[in-house]
Amino acid sequence: MDKILRVNMTDLTTKLETVPANWAGLGGRGLTSTIVAAEVPATCHPLGENNKLVFAPGLLTGTAAANSGRLSAGAKSPLTGTIKESNAGGTAAQMLARLGIKALIIEGLPKGEAWYNLHVNKDGVSIQEEKELLGQGNFAVIEALEARLGKKTGILTIGPVGELKMTAANISVKDPDSKIRSHGRGGLGAVMGSKRIKFISIDDQGAPGIKIADPDKFKVAARTFAKALLDHPVSGEGLPTYGTNVLVNILNEAGGLPTRNFTTGQFAGADKISGETMNETITARGGKVKHGCHAGCIIQCSQVYNDKDGKYLTSGFEYETIWGLGADCCIDNLDDIAKADSIMDDIGIDSIETAVMFGVAMEAGILPWGDSKEMLRVLSEEIGKGTPLGRILGGGAGSVGKTYGVTRVPVVKNQAIPAYDPRSVKGIGITYATSTMGADHTAGYAIATNILNVGGFVDPLKKEGQVELSRNLQIATAAVDSTGMCIFVAFPALDIPECLPALIDMLNARFGIALTGDDVTNLGKHILKVERQFNIEAGFTNKHDRLPEFFSIETVAPHNAIWDFSDAEIDEFWNF
Amino acid sequence: MQITVKLFATFRNGRFKIELQEPPVDSDCRTIMLGLGLTEAEIGVVLVNGRHATLDHVLNNSDTLSLFPLVGGG
Repeated sequence: MDKILRVNMTDLTTKLETVPANWAGLGGRGLTSTIVAAEVPATCHPLGENNKLVFAPGLLTGTAAANSGRLSAGAKSPLTGTIKESNAGGTAAQMLARLGIKALIIEGLPKGEAWYNLHVNKDGVSIQEEKELLGQGNFAVIEALEARLGKKTGILTIGPVGELKMTAANISVKDPDSKIRSHGRGGLGAVMGSKRIKFISIDDQGAPGIKIADPDKFKVAARTFAKALLDHPVSGEGLPTYGTNVLVNILNEAGGLPTRNFTTGQFAGADKISGETMNETITARGGKVKHGCHAGCIIQCSQVYNDKDGKYLTSGFEYETIWGLGADCCIDNLDDIAKADSIMDDIGIDSIETAVMFGVAMEAGILPWGDSKEMLRVLSEEIGKGTPLGRILGGGAGSVGKTYGVTRVPVVKNQAIPAYDPRSVKGIGITYATSTMGADHTAGYAIATNILNVGGFVDPLKKEGQVELSRNLQIATAAVDSTGMCIFVAFPALDIPECLPALIDMLNARFGIALTGDDVTNLGKHILKVERQFNIEAGFTNKHDRLPEFFSIETVAPHNAIWDFSDAEIDEFWNF
Repeated sequence: MQITVKLFATFRNGRFKIELQEPPVDSDCRTIMLGLGLTEAEIGVVLVNGRHATLDHVLNNSDTLSLFPLVGGG
């Protein structure tokens, strides 16, 4: 029987609740956003007693469905002040799902100075005081907990950045190799830190497992779905070979690779940090070019990147991180970017927010353009140790921009704009402007259709069709984010006709229901509207659905593109 | 005329990253592609001077043609 676990950090009590009927058909983002909207006062302080941190596995998580092992985390974001959902791979989602836990809700704030950990198992959740691991980095936490509780323990943890409640703090999730995946965006690590929880450990021994209503139908649909993932060139070949970093070269060629804090669209050092170069380097050093973030991932876009001596340096080394510290900061040393990726995992900070922040910090003169050694020092010695400068930087791109009087600050709703220039890839600009999450490329990945020729083609340099494209993608993404599926299933889903029906068939077979494609679309619309209503109640209006002014004033080379949507054109997004 | 051809991802296997070519005037992208031993089915994205183009696009002197298989990430 599915259940809700509720933890009250004010009086240090826990409860096991049955799932209300209106939450039964929800999972992942649909459930975290519904719970946050229902239970968190929209005007509350995100780090105060009234915010809640909610974890929920997706509707298909824990089943044999390929790529279904994502965990959603939700709260009011201390970075944006909006509702937030951030999802990640790792082992925790499948463990929670097998334990029959539909959601874990953490509320209240402890009264004293003590820190705690939570332990989840088949009997529920318990709260313990934690002393040993305070101040430790995430890798040390994982190592210590595997020694304390066993190798198979699932772990959600925050590093020093989360303990210090910096608004770029993330929540780390242990992956199948005891490395780290992240609930990166929106400062959810600071929310966990505010509740004085250093980590959550999960033991799924004796878990009841998932009961499939129609196992035969599920098996057929799961096979069709997996075949579509393997047949599509992006999910079947490009991602496992080059990782997401395959995008450096194509965005650079198309003039959409934001460079030197978004002042130009191409980077002279692009080839040195590209997916092709990364693939050669990994192969030469005996790393792994493909690697899954959770059991059952058949796309395997992750990798193991070794240093020049063949020793492990990092994994889950993503395009956005490499672009941000690379092109946007004018750093062409992939080894130093890999070191930074590992440090960010360890201290527990969002690699997108932080990479964009460094571009703004370089423009502010805090460190020189392209100085990767100083960037590494600042990460470890300033941000990781919580110096006053480190706390300004750990507040993200908006924080450093405001403190140093920089006007070119690429954020929407105070969240950093990633990896794709909205002037030369206009569809993604609509997503940045309108997403309920602040600037977030994954919310409606218009790059697919603007740049990659997936799901058709809409010219990235023209305005026509972009609002509709972003709207359709954001609706579909909200639904997919509720299933526990990796967002990369969208590539085959956009091009292979059997893929999406197979996904819906799996949902129907799992629960013994009869959803149609329209039902799934309506779910996506409903989730977006619930999230937007929260934001409206928090004080956001259509005037916040805008890109920073500089995008409308400064053109970007090589196409001399500019952001030229009117307010009315952007607002048309919500017309559904 | 002279053009620059750039190849990416798996298209580089057994070929090159970047090459100057001197095709006949009015050659289209398809002609260049076929000359590289690539098939239309393998082509994901065609860029001419950083703008999306079709294989029928006729090239001009000093153009840069970039060819990609279908790739993605995010």
